[in-house]
Amino acid sequence: MKNSNNAPRSNFLSNISKTTRSNFITYGIIIVVYVIMQILVNAGAVSNLIRGQLIPICVFATMAVSLNLCVGILGELSLGHAGFMSVGAFTGAVAIACMESAIPSPILRLILGMLIGAVFAAIAGVIIGIPVLKLNGDYLAIVTLAFGEIIRSIFTNVYVGLDSAGLHFSILNRIKAAEDGKMIINGAIGLTGIKPIATFFMAALLLLVTLIIVFNLINSKTGRAVMALRDNQIAAQSIGISIPKFKLMAFVISAAIAGAAGTMFAENYSTMLATKFDFNTSILILVFVVLGGLGNIRGSIIAAAVLTLLPELLRSVKDYRMLAYAIILIVVMIFKNSPSIQAKMALMRSKKTARKKTKKASIGKEA
Amino acid sequence: MSEVKMVPYPSRSIVPERDVNERPVLEAMHLGVNFGGLHAVEEFNITVGKTEIAGLIGPNGAGKTTVFNLLTKVYQPTTGTILLDGKDTSNMNSVAVNKAGIARTFQNIRLFNNLTVEDNVKLGLHNSIKYTTLEGILRMPRYWKGEKESHERAMDLLKIFDMQDMAKLKASSLPYGAQRRLEIVRALATNPKLLLLDEPAAGMNPSETAELMNTIRQIRDDFGIAIMLIEHDMNLVMGVCEGIAVLNYGRIIAKGTPSEIQNNQEVIEAYLGKQKEA
Repeated sequence: MKNSNNAPRSNFLSNISKTTRSNFITYGIIIVVYVIMQILVNAGAVSNLIRGQLIPICVFATMAVSLNLCVGILGELSLGHAGFMSVGAFTGAVAIACMESAIPSPILRLILGMLIGAVFAAIAGVIIGIPVLKLNGDYLAIVTLAFGEIIRSIFTNVYVGLDSAGLHFSILNRIKAAEDGKMIINGAIGLTGIKPIATFFMAALLLLVTLIIVFNLINSKTGRAVMALRDNQIAAQSIGISIPKFKLMAFVISAAIAGAAGTMFAENYSTMLATKFDFNTSILILVFVVLGGLGNIRGSIIAAAVLTLLPELLRSVKDYRMLAYAIILIVVMIFKNSPSIQAKMALMRSKKTARKKTKKASIGKEA
Repeated sequence: MSEVKMVPYPSRSIVPERDVNERPVLEAMHLGVNFGGLHAVEEFNITVGKTEIAGLIGPNGAGKTTVFNLLTKVYQPTTGTILLDGKDTSNMNSVAVNKAGIARTFQNIRLFNNLTVEDNVKLGLHNSIKYTTLEGILRMPRYWKGEKESHERAMDLLKIFDMQDMAKLKASSLPYGAQRRLEIVRALATNPKLLLLDEPAAGMNPSETAELMNTIRQIRDDFGIAIMLIEHDMNLVMGVCEGIAVLNYGRIIAKGTPSEIQNNQEVIEAYLGKQKEA
């Protein structure tokens, strides 16, 4: 402790490497899990049930990370995150369908589609963020809740068709594409005629890129400013940190990531209903975040993976499936929030670090 | 930028001997605020010299913290003007006022509790770190340079209170006195011209208070800034302040040097009440 002030430079390096190390461990886990799953899939050791869940797991983990940026890091509750996913899904899918003849490579098409989905979701984020984020309190939760519902009803009434004459667009009025064309969004039937181009590799890559963006953001001056707003807005203003600017920035980045994830999700299926992105989905993503820990990025990925798989794995118990799901949720929450269990865990952790420290100190002395 | 108004001087500084030929860093004129019908602060006139240590004292509820909130635009004043280094601040909000050069601490400590001590100080440096959000996400060379510089600057600032060892701790885990000191460091990190300290010695023991007195003087000398403080600890106020203003019921009842204030009849009455006529 006493001689640590003579080495601020090494302190800096150790500090950077510590947070960076933890981030790289998370990246490593994602890559390792991806490789293992890919090997298992190739070997045919994974059931169809789980194989079908691989892309949704990556998508929902991405959604959880993105919502954690909004709820855990920024501290603003969003109840309509599926709305941004929906915007990304529909705009991205339309863009991909339009590019089908122009760009033959499905990977490039998917990447461009996700970027377009992200841009549209970001625009939606700006539109609802600018008026709402200037207010204090839970207004964002109310407005995003309404936003999710509005987006859902808009996309159940949109008709987009593509034929040789170009793109046809209509709200409420049913239209039909010409003989040589097809409908991309067909009102209440949703996205139709998608040729699924999402792959497990691309979904894992999306998650990895999202993680890199979010971790790098958190560990920069912008991320610090965002967390400062969460902790104390008056103090943040008093040291020259603008509240609307950083709130909007974090919220829009969160929305854009959700949009990209939405495109990926839509491209995994041949049809996609707008009702898929309803309030329940928003809450489901929020459950991932809360269960994984507010502000805990790695935790929300794990929660998303487990809770996406769980209902599928529980199919064997049939009628009791949702009951078991609920019980597991409750048990985890009790475990997480019980002070006595938390205290015991903290004690174990501090003992561990103390042991490590003494070990290090003794090694240092010997050297 | 708002238009620049020149300040009429020779200044009406609390202690005219100091900074008499220089433009004062702060000049508040006819400052006042109403909450509903309540005049929380009225006709507040004060001038603080460039490197003056000024004190603002008064009984509980006199409106001292309200004055700080007016100066930093937490509340918008209903009347009066505030000139900071000759610049009118009437169109500024809290963020702009800080960028223009006023930093403050709070009576009820407002730290970023979930962040480390170092990050709290780095947040004070936020506007002086030069890299954009995109450069941060992409980890460009300017990010590494900016982070390295801000780390070194933060450590230098923490050295003022000998707090380098605490840099990695969570702000909320610090003892009370250290939290108060951290707030001062964070405010100093914004590179202010005027530092407002709201009860810096609250909750400190006498030896800590004595140390704080030296530190306040040292900060003034090292940084060449003006400091204005609210404090109930009269040893500290009388020991460190060069000029003192006394506030009661939202009005200034006396201004002067510590010895003048100590002997001012009106001030004694404000604190202790009127002596009954025999």
